[in-house]
Amino acid sequence: MLGLITKRLLLVIPNLIGVVIITFLLTRALPGDPAAYFAGPAASKEAIEQIRVKLGLDRPLPEQFIRYVKDLARGDLGNSLTTGQPVVTEIRRRLPASAELTLLGLMISISIAVPLGILAAVKQGSWIDHACRVVATAGVSLPVFFTGLLLVYLFYFVLGWSPAPLGRLDVFFSAPPQVTGFYLIDSLTARDFGLFRAVLGQLILPAVTLGIFSLAPIARMTRASMLAVLGSDFVRTARASGLDNRTVILTYAFRNAMLPVITTLGMVFSFLLGANVLVEKVFAWPGIGSYAVEALIASDFAPVQGFVLTMAILYVALNLLIDILYGIIDPRVRLEG
Amino acid sequence: MKESNSILRHARYVVSENLVTGFAFLLFVLIALAALFGPYIVPHDPLASDTATTLRSPSFKHWFGTDQLGRDIFSRVIVATRLDFAIALSSVILVFAMGGLAGIASGFFGGWTDRIIGRISDTIMAFPLFVLAMGIVAALGNTVTNIVLATAIINFPLYVRVARAEANVRREAGFVQAARLSGNSESRILLTHILPNIMPIMMVQISLTMGYAILNAAGLSFIGLGVRPPTPEWGIMVAEGAGNIISGEWWIALFPGLALMLAVFCFNLLGDGLRDLVDPQRRT
Repeated sequence: MLGLITKRLLLVIPNLIGVVIITFLLTRALPGDPAAYFAGPAASKEAIEQIRVKLGLDRPLPEQFIRYVKDLARGDLGNSLTTGQPVVTEIRRRLPASAELTLLGLMISISIAVPLGILAAVKQGSWIDHACRVVATAGVSLPVFFTGLLLVYLFYFVLGWSPAPLGRLDVFFSAPPQVTGFYLIDSLTARDFGLFRAVLGQLILPAVTLGIFSLAPIARMTRASMLAVLGSDFVRTARASGLDNRTVILTYAFRNAMLPVITTLGMVFSFLLGANVLVEKVFAWPGIGSYAVEALIASDFAPVQGFVLTMAILYVALNLLIDILYGIIDPRVRLEG
Repeated sequence: MKESNSILRHARYVVSENLVTGFAFLLFVLIALAALFGPYIVPHDPLASDTATTLRSPSFKHWFGTDQLGRDIFSRVIVATRLDFAIALSSVILVFAMGGLAGIASGFFGGWTDRIIGRISDTIMAFPLFVLAMGIVAALGNTVTNIVLATAIINFPLYVRVARAEANVRREAGFVQAARLSGNSESRILLTHILPNIMPIMMVQISLTMGYAILNAAGLSFIGLGVRPPTPEWGIMVAEGAGNIISGEWWIALFPGLALMLAVFCFNLLGDGLRDLVDPQRRT
């Protein structure tokens, strides 16, 4: 097991190098002269030159790259132009909001998609199988920002069940004492159940929006891999030995069918992290996605840069986690590793 | 002649057996018509604002209602088809040229070509794709051309993977060896023997990624990248209507959103149908 993890960790290194090179190239590809941009429109020629030297832009590209990597190693992602704050602080402050939203969205999605996929496979050709297919096709066709707006219209304007889609917490509440940064958990540990309800009320619509978005690939994969497993010899043998249907499906088939589903989670995370940006914009969610969008509109490049890099590193880490999980569940992978 | 006849018959069989594919094809024709003739047939000027008729709900005069500036939403949705379609189509053509060629070269030559192209694909795949597209547009400049480029780049690994697998299978096929023995150069074999053979599979891929390309481009313009107001474009129109959702003016965001959804739905279904046509074994 340890061998597998080390081997997998080594594979991460080229990926990370690629990510750092690409983000570096993206900064250097900025249109126009960054020094003139940082100096502002009223700056004199000497001032621009001074800033160029200060930023190290007069150096050759490889040297700039080394400097960039050194800054990264110190956790320095530069400062935002509009607020003057270090990008790292802001990203760290906002990351829990995005993480809470994304994880809840994923949990909602898994808890619907997996049973749906299993039922569709067990009762192949029945109405639930068709429902699964419709959900899977419609799910990939729905623009995530559009689903979010539809839900807001329905549950806020028409039914009045949910609060206004404006951020993590209603203005009448104050945030729970920071422990994990996840408001749901923090309000529970503070035993403030009114607050917990308020937090959940704000969170549920954006999380469901993300859930609907990621439903399709998980349901489709569960159905396909369940079908494959149900047709295999060991399921036939289990049935022939007189085991009841429930045991066959849940203990024998389901556990084996979960492996390909876990692999697709990597792709699902790629979608989710991207969709997160759009959902945060719709619900004015104070996460890192909306931070990047605000910075983009103001042509403030350092935050966007930091955002892209953070997301890429998170994504690489998540894929690593998925692979390790796979190894824990499936002993065959462990042996090969 | 007989050959093409049987293909036609097979196509007709697939369409009639699968009504959904037929419906998708009909939808595709409608979208294509709107993209080609949209600007000439709409009842109102999509850019003309009218302060007397702002925020009207759908009516006989304005089928889809009017927006904050009194512009006719129906006309804007129809006219936007051309731009959305053009962005998606050009990005797909671009990635087909880049990724398709890189993929067959990778699968056909193997070795270092394969390793380098594989490394590039892996690096792109190491990013969440929409986030990478945001970064590219932010870095290269906020223009429609760069939206096209970014959408093409994030689809690159997909095309490479499909083309590589298909080329790899045919690398030592009889017709390739025959071509080699008759003195064709390797690059000539690649372009005139391998490429035409993997075209059907690539067409399926193109249709499947069209939907994703439309979604991606609309998502980028929803967050304010690429297309600028007042240009009619579905993503930006949904963004313009987003603020009015909480005060109940649903029609501003709904109709462009529906158009977007139908277009993506259409291409996904068409892709599935095409796959049934080209490769019946992969039916799901």
